Amino acid sequence: MADTHAHSVRFVRDTMLPEQEPPGAERGVVKWMRENLFSTIPNGILTLLALYCIWWMLSSVMPWFLNGIWDAPSIRACREILEGQLGGCFAVLTERWNQLLFGFQYPSEQYWRPTVAFVLLFIAIAPVLFRKVFPAQMLVFTAVYPFLAYWLIWGGSILVPIFAAAGIVAGYLTYSRLVAQSFAMGFFGGILAALVFWFVVGFIPTEGIVALEPVASRNMGGFMLNLILGTVCVSLSIPFGIALALGRRSDMPIIKAICVIFIEFVRGVPLITLLFVANVVLAYFLPPGSNFDLILRVIIMITMFASAYIAEVIRGGLAALPKGQYEAADSLGLDYAQAMRLIILPQALKISIPGIVNVAVGLFKDTTLVSIISMFDLVGMIRGPILASTDWNGVYWELLGFAALLFFVVCFGISKYSQWLERELATDHR
Amino acid sequence: MTTLSDPPQSSFKLSMLLNDTRYRAYTFQFIALVCVAALFAYLGSNLAQNLEDAGLTISFGFLGDPANYDINQTLIEYDNQMDHWRASLVGVLNTLLVSFLACITATVIGVFAGVLRLSNNWLVRQLMSIYVEAFRNVPVLIWIIIIFTVMTAVLPAPRAFRGEDPEASMLFGAIAFTNRGVYIPKPIFEAGGWAVMLVFLAGVVGAFAYRRYATRLLYATGKLLPMGWPALAIAFVPALLVFFALGQPISLELPELGGFNFTGGINILGSLIALWFALAIYTGAFIAENVRAGILSVSRGQSEAAASLGLRPNRIMNLVVLPQALRVIVPPLISHYLNITKNSSLAIAVGYMDLTGTLGGITLNQTGRAIESILLLMAFYLAISLTISAVMNVYNSSVSLKER
Repeated sequence: MADTHAHSVRFVRDTMLPEQEPPGAERGVVKWMRENLFSTIPNGILTLLALYCIWWMLSSVMPWFLNGIWDAPSIRACREILEGQLGGCFAVLTERWNQLLFGFQYPSEQYWRPTVAFVLLFIAIAPVLFRKVFPAQMLVFTAVYPFLAYWLIWGGSILVPIFAAAGIVAGYLTYSRLVAQSFAMGFFGGILAALVFWFVVGFIPTEGIVALEPVASRNMGGFMLNLILGTVCVSLSIPFGIALALGRRSDMPIIKAICVIFIEFVRGVPLITLLFVANVVLAYFLPPGSNFDLILRVIIMITMFASAYIAEVIRGGLAALPKGQYEAADSLGLDYAQAMRLIILPQALKISIPGIVNVAVGLFKDTTLVSIISMFDLVGMIRGPILASTDWNGVYWELLGFAALLFFVVCFGISKYSQWLERELATDHR
Repeated sequence: MTTLSDPPQSSFKLSMLLNDTRYRAYTFQFIALVCVAALFAYLGSNLAQNLEDAGLTISFGFLGDPANYDINQTLIEYDNQMDHWRASLVGVLNTLLVSFLACITATVIGVFAGVLRLSNNWLVRQLMSIYVEAFRNVPVLIWIIIIFTVMTAVLPAPRAFRGEDPEASMLFGAIAFTNRGVYIPKPIFEAGGWAVMLVFLAGVVGAFAYRRYATRLLYATGKLLPMGWPALAIAFVPALLVFFALGQPISLELPELGGFNFTGGINILGSLIALWFALAIYTGAFIAENVRAGILSVSRGQSEAAASLGLRPNRIMNLVVLPQALRVIVPPLISHYLNITKNSSLAIAVGYMDLTGTLGGITLNQTGRAIESILLLMAFYLAISLTISAVMNVYNSSVSLKER
């Protein structure tokens, strides 16, 4: 049968031709460029415009950056080295590095303490951020970390943070004993136990027991201050935010009204007015003679501010949850606290993660506002002591660019992480 | 015979206040109310005590005292002999001015960048995402300071414009960028100037009326009138005719170098420009993301269905995609406007005299009336934001999909 064709057909190709390469304009870089950069004439013009923009930016920034001086004692020395050439004076960053990071009043021989606290921060948040990679036992360190960090940064006797932690443990023990009866009883009992514990240990003298040199709050500064305010306020505001969101969705009119008024008031005013309150007004509302330090007042105000925003985000998450989930929890016979803890909040919080991260990033950026009430955070340091000094008067771009870069790295990192987490937590089958 | 037995009448026990869901809500609300009342009473008593110790009272009388300070940029007449109330009013107007300018600019930038982020052009897409990420992730305060530095430290001093061969020159011979602000020409209205403006406004209204009429006609009879050039003509031709007929009653006063500074024209301070552009570019990056999300939220099937009905691409955009995208874009857009208004309080960082700079800044420091000043300051921002959110709620309910 194989030769049948040979009689009827003159020519039959019995081997396939080798596949030819597509024409030059249809493959490789050229094709990609044709499709992505020059598909139409307007598109081509747009590409050329964009290329011109990039060239213009690079040609003005690159010489400035590459010619930069990294080692000089002052701006005049810098200019002498440059001899009129274009170039950045990055020496200000190396010379004032510690001031930029720690402020100008933190005792210089103690710089290792905030540095250690900063490094430990990563170990502490690693198991929270990447649950699957790190063992759950590391969460114990996460729980210890706030007290450790307080001790490292503020110094003083180690007994103070230990007592604080022990009070919380006492509260938790009471809670876990009473929660079987009712959540409310456990909750209030726990708070009461912690308060009683703190009141009692308040009589124990703590002076000088395993003490680091104490550093006053007003001596904190630089990027450290931004980090402290950002992390403390965000972590404090999440529980408050949850409480406010639940309160706002509550059936009880008085509680709902309190939460609505609080949230709308705080969201309606700019953060800077709240910082003014912390700076000049709050003292009038505290008991006469009490001396809250500014950083604590600012933390209170920023936490209030952030929790109102987080409450709105979580309220969105609660509202987005299908009504069936609430009804399912009810039909299982769970009471309010159980339903919230076991069914509703885990799902609602998961939906709210992107929003919460947005608020956190925004809040971290807003910590620069404290420079307006004359606290010396990163921006405050740059505008105050560094630019005002005779050595570095006029080094704007290097300093502001450095500040922008630091914030960019942190905020961009956080938002990329939240996008990753969102994909990781997506359990719906789409 | 059935015996009806009443349900066992349980007597009220005190423990039911905590354990019975019927009464528990009252207990909690009562506790909450008592806590809040106690907190306010505590704060109030502290306040009274502290004020008494300091020999102060709460009074808004200071608003009537002369302010004794100058404001470098005012929209209404003001001098330092006027009272604090007037100074605050100047501040309010300055806040509204910078917010208004920044809102418009941010919208333009945001829509532009958001659309370009969806462009077919790879390079443009990348550039726009660099813009969005760079500006979203850096504090707006830093941007304000950076642009303010450009305005004050980089731009030439007015004396650089002097001489035969000046280092700097005016743009089009009319706009001068100096480190004391930007000088632009000022329109001078003579006798008939307002008539020209009125005719122009009437022309604009007429142009819209004409477009409406043409649309009606199209739907009713299918007759298509030209829309573009007649509308333009209705808007501009009568105004131009009146302008020349009345002998050119509107003229421009150009800024001129006199003495050590420019005179004439309108001086826009560097601080206003810094605040305006920093807020616009910063918020523009957020708006760009909203616009992109809004356009992406319209499912592809919608534009394909429109295309299969035979609509042309720009009609698809105008009639099908945009109306649906706007429902997603507008609510966050309005809340960004609100953010701009609130962030404009950062004016105090660059010395622009908005309300935070006048009432919350100099007035507060001069009179020492911290509580009253900040109360008024907060009330102002609260009023604006509640107004805007009321508007937003009305809009939301008007565009939301009608569901069950």
